[in-house]
Amino acid sequence: MKGRDLTPPQTVGPFFHGLLREGLNMLVAPKTLGDRIRIEGHVYDGNRTPVSDAMIEIWQANARGHYSHPADQRVASLDPAFAGFGRTGTDEAGHYWFETIRPGRVPFGKSGDQAPHLNVAVSARGLLHHLFTRLYFDDEAAANARDPVLRGIPEDRRSTMVAKKIIADGKTVYRLDIVLQGQDETVFFDL
Amino acid sequence: MNKDFPPYLHEAYRATVLRAPRRPLIQVPKTLSEVTGPGPTVSAAASPDTDLTRNGGAGGEAVGERIIVTGRVIDDDGNPVPDTLLEIWQANAAGRYRHRRDQHHAPLDPNFLGFGTCLTDENGLYRFTTVRPGAYPWENHPNAWRPAHIHFSLLGPAWTSRLVTQMYFPGDPLQELDPIFNSVPTDAARERLIARYAHDVTQPAWALGFRFDIVLRGSEATPFESAEPSRAAKR
Ligand SMILES: [Fe+3]
Repeated sequence: MKGRDLTPPQTVGPFFHGLLREGLNMLVAPKTLGDRIRIEGHVYDGNRTPVSDAMIEIWQANARGHYSHPADQRVASLDPAFAGFGRTGTDEAGHYWFETIRPGRVPFGKSGDQAPHLNVAVSARGLLHHLFTRLYFDDEAAANARDPVLRGIPEDRRSTMVAKKIIADGKTVYRLDIVLQGQDETVFFDL
Repeated sequence: MNKDFPPYLHEAYRATVLRAPRRPLIQVPKTLSEVTGPGPTVSAAASPDTDLTRNGGAGGEAVGERIIVTGRVIDDDGNPVPDTLLEIWQANAAGRYRHRRDQHHAPLDPNFLGFGTCLTDENGLYRFTTVRPGAYPWENHPNAWRPAHIHFSLLGPAWTSRLVTQMYFPGDPLQELDPIFNSVPTDAARERLIARYAHDVTQPAWALGFRFDIVLRGSEATPFESAEPSRAAKR
């Protein structure tokens, strides 16, 4: 039991544009290691109406599966050209996108690892607390089947967290819609 | 989910009705992905901009009641959270945001941008200078007004310590009418969102002082390391 009571969250509201500094959805620099990918999708509410005022944040490991954070002490695998954090707002169509790299496998436990994934947080007007989910990759079926987080999700809902690969204009794009409520509601975590 | 936190569905706040998830949140193991987070790296690269009365870009000073907002950022063990970034945003003294979707019939202030950033020091202390924001109307229900508030965003030390919240002012009669403030289920937790007037922070003939402390979830040092994930749906 922790000693101090947490400060409760409140909604981000509609006017958070000051948080969206330019370039925050471009995680790659010329020297960044790894395969360039684009992540994109839409955010929908319970009526399947696009959510045009959501903020999406991502946190991911670099191409070697290393997080740019003091708790990840495998210094040899740090990529100085990759911080791993992205933030963007959705547009009028509820659309979001990030330019990033495909993350490597992050360790789990003493000998296992996790399937490549992005950690995702969703904030919006009408969300009194942000929502946590993850984005996995549909061309990693074997790794996904072993992933310790995905395995804890009811099987019929796992696909809400798995992005679909397409090739568009020669670029590798992974698409994942985030559905806040209703049919195909995205899996959100109690972290 | 913490018992002091607002539920996702709070019907008095209408926008929650179509946006709150209806399925239970799912407990997942905490891994290296959750005990790390962007806070340290983002904070190290940040350049603080703490005076909102002077950062409007037009060279002059914002109109309104000048205030100093200061406090400590600590974790739930009571340890200070040093060198961490706070981002704040707010309406101007007339209750208007500089945003194309804010159509409130109140004047914009060319000297007020309404956004600022600050890093905590080694003791977790932060400090902004700004103007007291005005109340503003919104469309949630007839004659709805938001109490005066300042929005806060912190990444903190870990992915799980992310906090977006709002700071309110003491003695504001609009609070008891506000469904967003009242989405927080307990008196004690709502109190923690209200800054205190702090005469020791008030600067003579210059600005009124308010103190607002923030408690973040700490970075749990070791990730959950069992091979079998827990699978318990709550709420
Ligand atoms: Fe506001």
